Amino acid sequence: MRKFPINMHLNVDSFLPASDAEKEYMVQMRPSTTFFRDGVKRLLKNKIATISFIMIIIITLACILIPLFWPYKYDKQLGISLGKPVDPTYANLRPFEYGETEQAKIAAGETVFPHIFGTDSAGRDYFIRVVYGTRISLLVGFFASLIVLVIGMTVGSIAGYCGGKVDIVIMRIVDIIYSLPDMLMVILLSAALNNSGLDKLIQGTVLEKIGLNILSLFIVFGLLYWVSMSRLIRGQILSLREQEYVLAARACGAKPGRIIKKHLMPNCIGVVIISTALQIPSAIFTESYLSFLGLGVNAPMPSLGSLASDALNGIHSYSYRLIIPAVVISLIVLSLNLFGDGLRDAFDPKLNK
Amino acid sequence: MNSKMAFYIVKRVLLALFTVFLVITITFFVMHSVPGGPFTSEKAISAEAQKALEAKYGLDKPLFEQYVSYLKDIVTELDFGPSIKTRGRDVADIIADGLQTSAKLGVAAAAIALVFGIILGAVAALRRNKPIDRIIMVFTTAFVSMPSFIMGSLLLILFAIVLNILPANGSTAEGLILPIITLSLSPLSNITRLTRSSMLDVLGQDYIVTAKAKGVPHIKVLFGHALKNALIPVITYFGPMLAYIVTGSLVVEQIFAVPGIGREFVSSITNRDYPLIMGTTIVLAVLIVVMNLISDILYKVVDPRIKFE
Repeated sequence: MRKFPINMHLNVDSFLPASDAEKEYMVQMRPSTTFFRDGVKRLLKNKIATISFIMIIIITLACILIPLFWPYKYDKQLGISLGKPVDPTYANLRPFEYGETEQAKIAAGETVFPHIFGTDSAGRDYFIRVVYGTRISLLVGFFASLIVLVIGMTVGSIAGYCGGKVDIVIMRIVDIIYSLPDMLMVILLSAALNNSGLDKLIQGTVLEKIGLNILSLFIVFGLLYWVSMSRLIRGQILSLREQEYVLAARACGAKPGRIIKKHLMPNCIGVVIISTALQIPSAIFTESYLSFLGLGVNAPMPSLGSLASDALNGIHSYSYRLIIPAVVISLIVLSLNLFGDGLRDAFDPKLNK
Repeated sequence: MNSKMAFYIVKRVLLALFTVFLVITITFFVMHSVPGGPFTSEKAISAEAQKALEAKYGLDKPLFEQYVSYLKDIVTELDFGPSIKTRGRDVADIIADGLQTSAKLGVAAAAIALVFGIILGAVAALRRNKPIDRIIMVFTTAFVSMPSFIMGSLLLILFAIVLNILPANGSTAEGLILPIITLSLSPLSNITRLTRSSMLDVLGQDYIVTAKAKGVPHIKVLFGHALKNALIPVITYFGPMLAYIVTGSLVVEQIFAVPGIGREFVSSITNRDYPLIMGTTIVLAVLIVVMNLISDILYKVVDPRIKFE
């Protein structure tokens, strides 16, 4: 077919099936990546963050799985059994030592599960207490951060969205709470809540099992620690709202619901996850601090802070009893912090200096 | 600019005053909302004796009246009322006694943190990515996230039990060494990291290049131009540092048996000595709020580039 410069006819050749050589051009050399996958890749490249993450996984799995098969219970005083006189040889065992009845069993050829970390002054297996303490600390850290996240996100997004007077009022309240010395207020509130009549109120409910002290810790977190999270989210929403792509979406006629779901949330979520991840170690820290002061979990439930605090009494003869929870808590806080930093570097390249 | 600065200072002072007022109010009402009162835990007390005690401490009056008189006593004569568990002593006396020891501890810890933090931070920045920088960064990363009670316990085990070179009891002057080190390590690490990053920032600025190009001596560039400007962000850390030292001293004084305000506070919580809890909380909170105020104002005054809101 001849080609004329001003031919209105379509060129039929353009509609021929593509040859293999032409198809080659369209082949994807590598699959397209999403924001999430990109972030994970960057995270895995960061050795410190990866090691921290593995550490967190190991510790978490250990404190979930070990109590399932461990032959001792965290609150079982080994020297005390029904119908027999109290056997005092079980208290304050050093690592891999045995109580009298256990030694008799070993002499008779039976195998007895060793007390890896010995026992505490009440004759309880110390290893399982450390495991339980870790479990409590992790749980408290996780749920406290969740509470902070939910409250902070709600208040922050309301302030960011509504703007105007609502924003001003909310932000003044946030400013005031922010200026309070947080740790002192936490101690004060926990001291008051622990002595309040709340324990009668929660008797018989699920909440009783959690214990009043942990519950008051959650209340305190819900009252005081949401402010920085809500500030962050408000700032995010305020700046995102003014972005060109939001304006473009609005110009195209997108409804507010779609703008929130498709544009604001995905851009906000990274920062939210990162600051929640960094909130966990600080919650664990606060819990152990309060437990150390005697305002944390209720006995006989152990937490890493209360274990360390109990060990302080026998520090001269049994210093390993303090070192073990101290090392565990440092490991948890350090690896969570480093992992959080890694997350921030990987998922928020804008923040990365 | 000057009127703006004055306005800012007035605003900040008013906010600080309001915060102090709020702390007193919260402390008062939280402690008074606890049912039972401080005398219920004591055994064998008759109804009349209970009444007499309550009348003596003014607990029988309406709550709001108690609040107003409590507030008035604090503002006019720094009187926090009598301690309930330590008979015959005023809360203000106990706090003043405790503060003497705690102030030594806190000031020494803050001074050590500042001096060594700035030196280490500057060294790390100048020897960036060299072994010494790496070592400093590894240690500061570990120390920053280590809770004070763990640091204190580990130092106690290491120096007082294993090596046995320093006393574990903090009631003597020598015994204060370990608590001071414990309290200073975390702020020291924070200041080191802060100084390092702001020093790196400053060293890349044009005016450093200009100064070098003009032929200003190396030492003078470092101290006169770089470090002077790099220290401005460190000022903002004064407030948080004091807050850390105050809350840290609560447990550190417990660990090392230092007779300071922190130990009084902790024992007042276990003893349920409500006036003492309230008094200590308020005094410590005022300290933190004032320090935050000072560091905020200083930060804006020192650096003219920072805008006033």
